Amino acid sequence: MEAAINMGLLTLMAIVTLGIIRLRNLFAVVILAGIYSFLMASVMIVLDAVDVAMTEASVGAGISTVLMLGVLYLTKVEEAQPTHTPILPLIVAVIVGAALVYGTLDTPPFGQADTVMNTYVGADYLKRSVPETGIPNVVTSVLASYRGFDTLGETTVVFAAGIGVLLLLARAKKPKRRKQGEEGDDAS
Amino acid sequence: MLLDVILRVITKLLLPFILVFALYVQFHGDYGPGGGFQAGVIAAASVILYAMLFGLEAARALVPVWVVEKMIPIGVLIYAGVGVAGMFTGQAFLDYNHLAHDSVHGQEWGVFLVEVGVFVTVSSTMLGIFYAFAGRGR
Repeated sequence: MEAAINMGLLTLMAIVTLGIIRLRNLFAVVILAGIYSFLMASVMIVLDAVDVAMTEASVGAGISTVLMLGVLYLTKVEEAQPTHTPILPLIVAVIVGAALVYGTLDTPPFGQADTVMNTYVGADYLKRSVPETGIPNVVTSVLASYRGFDTLGETTVVFAAGIGVLLLLARAKKPKRRKQGEEGDDAS
Repeated sequence: MLLDVILRVITKLLLPFILVFALYVQFHGDYGPGGGFQAGVIAAASVILYAMLFGLEAARALVPVWVVEKMIPIGVLIYAGVGVAGMFTGQAFLDYNHLAHDSVHGQEWGVFLVEVGVFVTVSSTMLGIFYAFAGRGR
């Protein structure tokens, strides 16, 4: 049953990808990319990774789509005709894809209990999370407590990205709106 | 912006539920899927939805640009501040064991406050990027 659902979702993802490649209308491409993210989120749910699925659905399908639409508002909706033949990118993509598939051949089967990642650290966290932190969702306890320093780094990355985008884009409106430009100076 | 009555009415009905869902994802992250990152994105998405239907000016009146710009660093400060607070209790940086009367409650407080910091930074960054894109005009 699970395999059938996965196959269906992956087939749909392949179809959506082909649609993204073939279409020249960027609006349709953005919507298809959002659909792709939702399908990816569904795959994550089938794999029991609900936290990742939620992030994929909200960031990949939600915010990214909105930001892409915002970009489309600033630029043209129709994709320009390519000036080069797609043969070289095709070869690169095929080689990289083949390398990735070759890499997956060595990975252990999904959900197998006696693999490296399921025996040492992972099992340790599963055992320790509730007695030590009282948090049943191990993803949260690992993210915010055991690996809290990593998450601080991630938050800082988000912070840096936000400040960077604001520095690049928010400045452009300064001549038009003096007041908000000055407020921006105070904040940054 | 669109002058579609149905979309506007449905959006107004949906907005409080989206915000409550964001808070649920935020504060229920200890027990179910979710946490500061996802909740921040959902909260930002609700304001973005509002901006798409009622115009950028209305959204900027709801969440002003200066609030967003202050929130981006404040979230990181909350996160790092919890780590420094752990140091003041005699533990390592980001060790929450002594933040409350026993280590389990200390951990729960630490995780809760850290997730609040993530929420503040993520939601304001998403909103700030949207404002920056949408405010450029054609």
